[in-house]
Amino acid sequence: MSTLISLPDQSTARVPKKNYITNENGIMSWLLTGDHKRIAILYLISLTFFFFIGGAMAALIRLELLTPQSDLMASDTYNKVFTMHGIVMIFFFLVPSVPATLGNFLVPLMVGARDLAFPKINLLSWYLYMAGGCLALYAMITGGVDTGWTFTTPLSTHYVNTNVVTTGLAAFIAGFSSIFTGLNFIVTIHRMRAPGMTWFKMPLFLWANYAAAILMVLATPVVAIAIVLVALERTVGIGVFDPTKGGDPLLFQHLFWFYSHPAVYIMILPGMGVISEVISTFARKRVFGYSAVAFSSVAIAIFGFFVWAHHMFIMGVSNYAALVFSLLTMLVAVPSAIKIFNWTFTLYKGSITFETPMLYAFGFMGLFTIGGLTGVFLGVSGTDIHLTETYFIVAHFHFVMVGGMLMAFLSGIHFWWPKMTGRMYPEKISQLAAVVTFIGFNFTFFPQFLLGMLGMPRRYAAYPPEFQVLNVFSTAGASILGVGYLLPVLYLIWSLKYGQVAGDNPWQATGLEWQIQSPPLTENFTEIPVVTQDVYDYEWLERQKEHEVTHVG
Amino acid sequence: MDHISPVLWQFLVKWMTTFAIIPPEASTIAPKMDALLVFMTLVSIIGLTIVALLITTFSVLYRKDRNPQATQIEGSTLLEATWTIIPLGLFLIMFVWGSVLYFRIFTPPANAMNIYVVGKQWMWKAEHPGGQHEINSLHVPTGQPVQLTLISQDVFHSFSIPAFRVKREAIPGRYTTVWFEATTTGTYHLFCTQYCGTAHSAMIGEVVVQTPEDYKAWLASSTSGVSLAQNGERLFSSLSCAACHNGAPDARGPNLANVYGSKLTLTTGQPVLVDEAYLRQAILNPSAHITQGFAPIMPTYQGQISEEGLISLVEYIKTLNSNYRVQQTTNTTELLPEGPDKPGKSSAAQGGTK
Repeated sequence: MSTLISLPDQSTARVPKKNYITNENGIMSWLLTGDHKRIAILYLISLTFFFFIGGAMAALIRLELLTPQSDLMASDTYNKVFTMHGIVMIFFFLVPSVPATLGNFLVPLMVGARDLAFPKINLLSWYLYMAGGCLALYAMITGGVDTGWTFTTPLSTHYVNTNVVTTGLAAFIAGFSSIFTGLNFIVTIHRMRAPGMTWFKMPLFLWANYAAAILMVLATPVVAIAIVLVALERTVGIGVFDPTKGGDPLLFQHLFWFYSHPAVYIMILPGMGVISEVISTFARKRVFGYSAVAFSSVAIAIFGFFVWAHHMFIMGVSNYAALVFSLLTMLVAVPSAIKIFNWTFTLYKGSITFETPMLYAFGFMGLFTIGGLTGVFLGVSGTDIHLTETYFIVAHFHFVMVGGMLMAFLSGIHFWWPKMTGRMYPEKISQLAAVVTFIGFNFTFFPQFLLGMLGMPRRYAAYPPEFQVLNVFSTAGASILGVGYLLPVLYLIWSLKYGQVAGDNPWQATGLEWQIQSPPLTENFTEIPVVTQDVYDYEWLERQKEHEVTHVG
Repeated sequence: MDHISPVLWQFLVKWMTTFAIIPPEASTIAPKMDALLVFMTLVSIIGLTIVALLITTFSVLYRKDRNPQATQIEGSTLLEATWTIIPLGLFLIMFVWGSVLYFRIFTPPANAMNIYVVGKQWMWKAEHPGGQHEINSLHVPTGQPVQLTLISQDVFHSFSIPAFRVKREAIPGRYTTVWFEATTTGTYHLFCTQYCGTAHSAMIGEVVVQTPEDYKAWLASSTSGVSLAQNGERLFSSLSCAACHNGAPDARGPNLANVYGSKLTLTTGQPVLVDEAYLRQAILNPSAHITQGFAPIMPTYQGQISEEGLISLVEYIKTLNSNYRVQQTTNTTELLPEGPDKPGKSSAAQGGTK
């Protein structure tokens, strides 16, 4: 099968001596750096660490659920494990994943700038992230927390005796890291685009990250407020959420989901941006309906703010409120459908190759479609009554978050790995890893849809024996999935030394980031580029190549 | 296969013989829910198949080996409109259908028999109008709409009966309702589906659906002899409520006869509908709702009466409304166990079946 990759002659090619990695040496040059690319690498390393902590929790959960009895762990321990799985994965992996690594690395490169607007705030955001992460780990080691990642009151304020405040503080601090990243992206995209880089010449990755950044800046403060109120209620008993003091426990649900529903789009939108870049590059085509895809990102961000109460359909909101929120939820489903169809039609009359990033992107499209469609089951108020709070919802959001976002993250990491490190990852084994991940994923989470239909509640350490077979399937799939996630870590580290030298533009991609050396210089561009070409302009790229050949040759 | 892995083989055999993707349908709403679920599943499968087929076809037709040069296409307004309008239309059909179902499940019919359910860490307590209590089980008759009025004593819980396709959150400090009409006798799962702390997964029980005759027998055998309203009446006098709420013209508190279901005007001029939630609030936090013409002298009973006690009081005040009494009687007479003083024809019938 033919391939797209064009590498320089390996016998003579070298990774450029002068680049952002070799520019300065010593640990302090990393810890005090203002370089967006180095901060991205710091984020990548720490995110991977937290991902495997969360992954280990997931493994424990699946092992416990292998049998109907609660035999591996006491139910208290199980509750702590799934709580930490949720908190670590959401606040310390999924929310920062693509924006903080790929976004930090690529936003300045893609707009044609030398750095983000506020490099020091960018570094601060990493420190806040690490402070939050370490605090969460500290809370976990010194007794854990068992409220669920949702911190539901009054359970979290009056009825548990675990590290609620410490963990809440960890999420609170991590929230600021997210706000700073969002702020940086918004200002950079508004103010620092290279000459000629108009809004509609921006790669869709930027549109998606821009939409996510707006959500980060506007929604995160609300969860910060909710967490502070929980902490105050727990420590001094202010009674905002306490019905015996005239408070309302539903108010917490409103505040929490006002952030946590948009947070879902904070997590998925940047992943969608990755998919747009990858599909376009490996189909050698402009993204079909560029403006529809761009506007659908913004539409998701806007509608995403007005659907939060669909998490509360059975919680005693008025029937008419349920009606309105259900309708709005149907509307937010449409832009996602638009994206899926546009990506599909990008393939039409393309010239497609199937390298690893593309395989992950295909995985994303399949799994995200399932995740999105099952989301409609939960957004329709009637069916939500039967399906909510069961394994159906667990399967649904894992299809979106893990099947969607994690696939997109891995797709993006493989796609930009040559740009970040100057070396290629090994192609064959990574294709295998992509396939293994896809198979393992489906084995793990598809049975959970059936369990949910049958009514198995989530967050159960013990369950009726009739659900066991499907749980065994799920656990078996999880072990395959685990292999699929370990493989990339191993071969990507291997590739740092032994990978083939990538050259500037191994994928023949059109973005500004591919027109400079890999890994880039600290200042990115020796001179700020002037953008004359269109976005995803493959004909322009051909002309450039011919131009080079005639001039150099 | 069984000589490769007997354990796996056993699993598969067991699974294939008992395989189900939906729980039993044991209520009138269940087939309606399942019809919508089947419709949505079909639409989803068709949608997924279209996307998968398109991706596969394009990947085969336009792979680089076959199509070395891509053709640049800007987009197509017609296609964009197509895949905006068709999914939107389908989603709207699901929305309307689902909302009808939602309103049906959360709007109890007037002839429903009411059972109170109190959730607490980690058990469900059901209170039947005749005074029968049960823990982690719920007995209901077939062919009779049953309304559950739920409340939680501590944290959020959620009362889920998958076989009935109904679920409702039990919330601290407020009543929520849900209703169903059981159709098939049997024993079904009862789950708490809202995470509620340590023993969340042990907060399970069973729903026992019986024929009206068996249900009647069960009621008779588990009665405590005191109905919910009678229990409330006792509380009413032991808490000396009647000192003020005595119905006398110069009483210090409003007359409670026929108050349930009526519209009161508060001192703020605001009209309120007197329902269960209002009565509960008025007992716990009286100064927040002073009826026009009365002084704010009633002390709070917050922390002094249990949720079960409040339910009894509310039920007692409800029975002071003659309409409610009549309605309760017509709804449940058939099902209430006959007292020894009034042998009815149904107890004779019951004796006949034994």
